[in-house]
Amino acid sequence: MPDQTVLSLRDVTLSFGPKIIQKNISLDVRKGSIFAVMGGSGCGKSTLLKSMIGLLRPSVGEYHVGNENYWAGTDAHRTDLNHRFGVLFQSGALWSSMTIGENIALPLQMFTDLKPPVIRRLVELKLGFVGMLQAIDLYPSEISGGMRKRAGLARALALDPDILFFDEPSAGLDPITSARLDDLILNLRDGLGATIVIVSHELSSLFHIADDGIFLDAKTKIPIAHGSPRDLRDTCTDPQVHAFMHRERDDEEGNT
Amino acid sequence: MTDNTDTGPRSHAQDNAPQWRLENEQNTLLMVLSGTWQARTGAIPVFPKDGLPKTPDGYLSFQTSDIQAWDTGLIAFLWDLKRVAHNAGISLDMQTLPGPMRQLLELLPEAPDEPVHHKQPHTPLLEAVGGHAIASMTEVGVVSELAALTAKGAVQTILGRSRMRLSDLLANTSDAGPYALLIVGIVNFLIGAILAFVGAVELQKFAAGVYVASLVGIAMVREMAAVMTAIIMAGRTGGAYAARISTMQGNEEIDALNVFGIQPSTYLILPAVLSLIITMPFLYLYGCLIGMLGGFVVSISMLDITAAGYFHQTVTSFGIGQFIFGFVKSIVFGAFIGLTSCRIGLKAGRSAADVGIAATRAVVVGIVGVIAIDAIFAVIADVLGI
Ligand SMILES: Nc1ncnc2c1ncn2[C@@H]1O[C@H](COP(=O)(O)OP(=O)(O)O)[C@@H](O)[C@H]1O
Ligand SMILES: [Mg+2]
Repeated sequence: MPDQTVLSLRDVTLSFGPKIIQKNISLDVRKGSIFAVMGGSGCGKSTLLKSMIGLLRPSVGEYHVGNENYWAGTDAHRTDLNHRFGVLFQSGALWSSMTIGENIALPLQMFTDLKPPVIRRLVELKLGFVGMLQAIDLYPSEISGGMRKRAGLARALALDPDILFFDEPSAGLDPITSARLDDLILNLRDGLGATIVIVSHELSSLFHIADDGIFLDAKTKIPIAHGSPRDLRDTCTDPQVHAFMHRERDDEEGNT
Repeated sequence: MTDNTDTGPRSHAQDNAPQWRLENEQNTLLMVLSGTWQARTGAIPVFPKDGLPKTPDGYLSFQTSDIQAWDTGLIAFLWDLKRVAHNAGISLDMQTLPGPMRQLLELLPEAPDEPVHHKQPHTPLLEAVGGHAIASMTEVGVVSELAALTAKGAVQTILGRSRMRLSDLLANTSDAGPYALLIVGIVNFLIGAILAFVGAVELQKFAAGVYVASLVGIAMVREMAAVMTAIIMAGRTGGAYAARISTMQGNEEIDALNVFGIQPSTYLILPAVLSLIITMPFLYLYGCLIGMLGGFVVSISMLDITAAGYFHQTVTSFGIGQFIFGFVKSIVFGAFIGLTSCRIGLKAGRSAADVGIAATRAVVVGIVGVIAIDAIFAVIADVLGI
């Protein structure tokens, strides 16, 4: 049971028109794991995430969610599968003309038959998880960037998804908030039993939370390493990966 | 305390509905949970605010073994319980909860902060009217100041001391000018044709068909070409300016300009206003000609006039004074549309809906303003006897 695969990509090529971003991507995300997508800026991490949440169709290859072939079905079928997903976008992507509370309520209003007081209760709960209860009636323009990230996370949790996608959740946050976010992610994984795919540059956070991953290379446009960030740091011999993983280690040694 | 059993709401419909039961034995409470606790069913009970007896130093533990399935719905209930217990001075024995439930419940505050509310102060009618009046006067002041700043930017640009980029002016001008030719042409052609048609029906009765040419000529030159072109530009260019600037506002792009010391009035508004001031007179001329052409086509086909006769009558119908009158009006319209739409964009809020509101407002203010200014011009012309 613990080794059950929830997401799998087979020889996927991602491209925008004729411009290839990444090719030969194969990966398996195990149920309940935290899977890290790593690599330098512009190597296609967000693009990979985009294809995994159904915003970009791979030009080659297969994508399975559970036992279902994601791209083989109809649009309606994909929408159903998407309800298993919760997505935190890189910039939060809150709907700017709604309050934070309304942002989280919208999916519940659209896809459940729950009554407004029940929805309000669930919205409060989700905001309570991320410590943002006091901002429920504020608009996105009235809160800080870190709060927008957390509100985006609460919105991702709206429909109780079992697969969560986070694009650089801790970018732009202070170290304490960022560490708290890591703990929150672990809590959510353990509490909800969710599977999490995370794009991140924050090595300390990756070593702390991720237990599997893939490393994309911008030059050759292929994945060059698979495995958990900790293992890659300790055992991977590829110079690129080594450099990426050890900058942080040097810092750590320097700090202590 | 006596031994008693407090029973939560029970649903007889399904036996796997969420159920809770509170057992009370000598200051030790036991919360027994069973059934399916899923948020989507909408059947999650609310734990009553007075559901726990006030027992300082009391203790509450959980029995969760009969829960069949749960998600955040259960946590919502446990959170209610946590808050009530906090108020009653009872501590929860978290160790009796399974790990996942405990981890989620621990994230939630016992005594949540009050949400920050938007105050919507209620103002009495008279005060509201007065407030709006003052706001409108202030707005006139702000727009005038903006106009002054923009004019200053223009002077500095001429003196070579300013930062308006020529490429911005060119881009704005080509959008406001050449790209607007088609729609301006179509509208003015039809206006000319309609005027000729109406005139022809009436004037024919008096065998004065040839005066259709005068009618169309004077109407286009004095009023129609300038006003119709301005209305088109208010809808087309004014709306676009307001939308663009309010989007920039939402992305903090205006703030970024200000921090660099780049004046939005010089960098954004000057090219926008200038491009309209430059193109409007040309569009006016073009509109006049096309309007007369429209009148000509209708007249030739409906009436018994020659092309030369129509042409001659048109040329003699209006003086250069009327022409200058229309010309000046078109410049004023252009400046007005440019300034107000930019101002509305700068004043807009920061959400996506605000962009739509700003664009709509710019179009409405532009059209109403153009017609109002035209009326003022009519009065002035009457006084001056043009
Ligand atoms: N919509 C798009 N159209 C064309 N190219 C894109 C698009 N989005 C991203 N790219 C390109 O894809 C590459 C990877 O982008 P991205 O996935 O955002 O990188 P990152 O790894 O930093 O998240 C970049 O070179 C970028 O220019
Ligand atoms: Mg990215």
